[in-house]
Amino acid sequence: MTLGLINANPVVHAKKERVARTEDPHGDDAVDPLEIYDFVRDIRDPEHPYSLEQLSVLSEESITVDEKLGRILITFTPTIQHCSMATVIGLCLRVKLKECFPPHFKVDIKVAPGSHADEKSVNKQLNDKERVAAALENPNLRQLVDECLYSNEL
Amino acid sequence: MELLDGNLELKEIQNLQGHTDRVWSIAWNPATAAADVPAVFASCSGDKTVRIWEASPSTRSWDCKAVLEETHTRTVRSCAWSPSGKLLATASFDATTAIWENVGGDFECVSTLEGHENEVKSVSWNASGSLLATCGRDRTVWIWEVMPGNEFECIEVLQGHTQDVKMVQWHPTMDILFSCSYDNTVKVWWSEDAEGDWSCVQTLGESSNGHSSTIWSLAFNAKGDKLVTSSDDLTLKIWEADIVRMQSGDGYAPWNHLCTLSGYHDRTIFSVHWSREGIIASGAADDAIRLFVESKDGLMNGPSYQLLLKKEKAHDMDVNSVQWFPGEKRLLASGSDDGAIKIWELETLPG
Repeated sequence: MTLGLINANPVVHAKKERVARTEDPHGDDAVDPLEIYDFVRDIRDPEHPYSLEQLSVLSEESITVDEKLGRILITFTPTIQHCSMATVIGLCLRVKLKECFPPHFKVDIKVAPGSHADEKSVNKQLNDKERVAAALENPNLRQLVDECLYSNEL
Repeated sequence: MELLDGNLELKEIQNLQGHTDRVWSIAWNPATAAADVPAVFASCSGDKTVRIWEASPSTRSWDCKAVLEETHTRTVRSCAWSPSGKLLATASFDATTAIWENVGGDFECVSTLEGHENEVKSVSWNASGSLLATCGRDRTVWIWEVMPGNEFECIEVLQGHTQDVKMVQWHPTMDILFSCSYDNTVKVWWSEDAEGDWSCVQTLGESSNGHSSTIWSLAFNAKGDKLVTSSDDLTLKIWEADIVRMQSGDGYAPWNHLCTLSGYHDRTIFSVHWSREGIIASGAADDAIRLFVESKDGLMNGPSYQLLLKKEKAHDMDVNSVQWFPGEKRLLASGSDDGAIKIWELETLPG
């Protein structure tokens, strides 16, 4: 872990207006991308006390759902090209989705095209489930993920 | 060929629950392949345990006979029985490989192999049971010699892969070691003589018609002259070598790409296994199991392969392991992210 912040001066955006939604993630079979977005928009960035939405790492357009194939694709935009926190953000997204969505949905997570210097290699790592599983068994990494997911509830 | 003429079905015989996390691998005990012996297999899981399952002669269904716990402190990723069936090796994310012996019905951990820097991903015994191989995220492949008294000595640490090594597998008849990796290659390791050092004698990469993404699994046919690899690039590839030439001591015979099976899978293929009769089973991230056989097309130059059947929704989640029973019966075991293990029988439908 590097000592200084990777990106000391992120651009922070105002929180978007929320539309009230009914609390029933497993209720009907149809999966609404906006519903998924609601679950992930407030995940805290690993380095800054702002949500992924506020830092424009995620937006409503980040989520696409293929109902027929049972697939969810999340595309996120790291704040800078050489962001070493990209894999941590990816882990946070996976853990959050696993909690909120039926397991039969396949989740693919990628960085937005052109948004990262090692795009191909980051995407490969984010979608290797064995690597993800091993990373989540690492207590330090798990703690960081938990902080990003649950610090808002404190 | 009988397999292609009949109407075949993969019938679910049993659904085994027990593991409390995903099932990563399954291994049949080779000593239990005989008809008069109750079939045994081991399964290993993200729940840090290994379970031993045995078929009951009366009910003809499997029960969990033992849970090997409190040894590995992290996911157990792979398990392999020695050829004699007396020892079970288990590889874990805790960076160790444990060796278990069946002592009067109880399994005892008789040895722990340490050395890998991080997660061990696979373990394999050679045909005679004199050597063990392991591999892991530290990019290395280790060869261990089996000594008397359940002692294991590391005789080689093989460098070469540039990324995480997913699986190691010994050739079924010769002491040639194969490894496949996140670096998209298969490496072949060989030692020319008994005393000599092991080295990488061949790399099957993209330039040799190889895979374009992580290779998760590899398996040999019974004869050992063909190899199948499964990948994140959504294909299976078949390779062949002149084994006869190699067995006659005429030096190393290289493996060549024979055929690529593409368009059949649309998500990562985690496991592939070749039955004694020549049926290739694949387990993939779309929850399906597929079976392929060689087709004597006549139109092609040499053998090609075709889909025999596809079992959709074989499990509720990704299929991580498919393993054919080594005996006469056409049984297949599968393990999944859903924590279940299923036993299937390949049956010919009437009419």
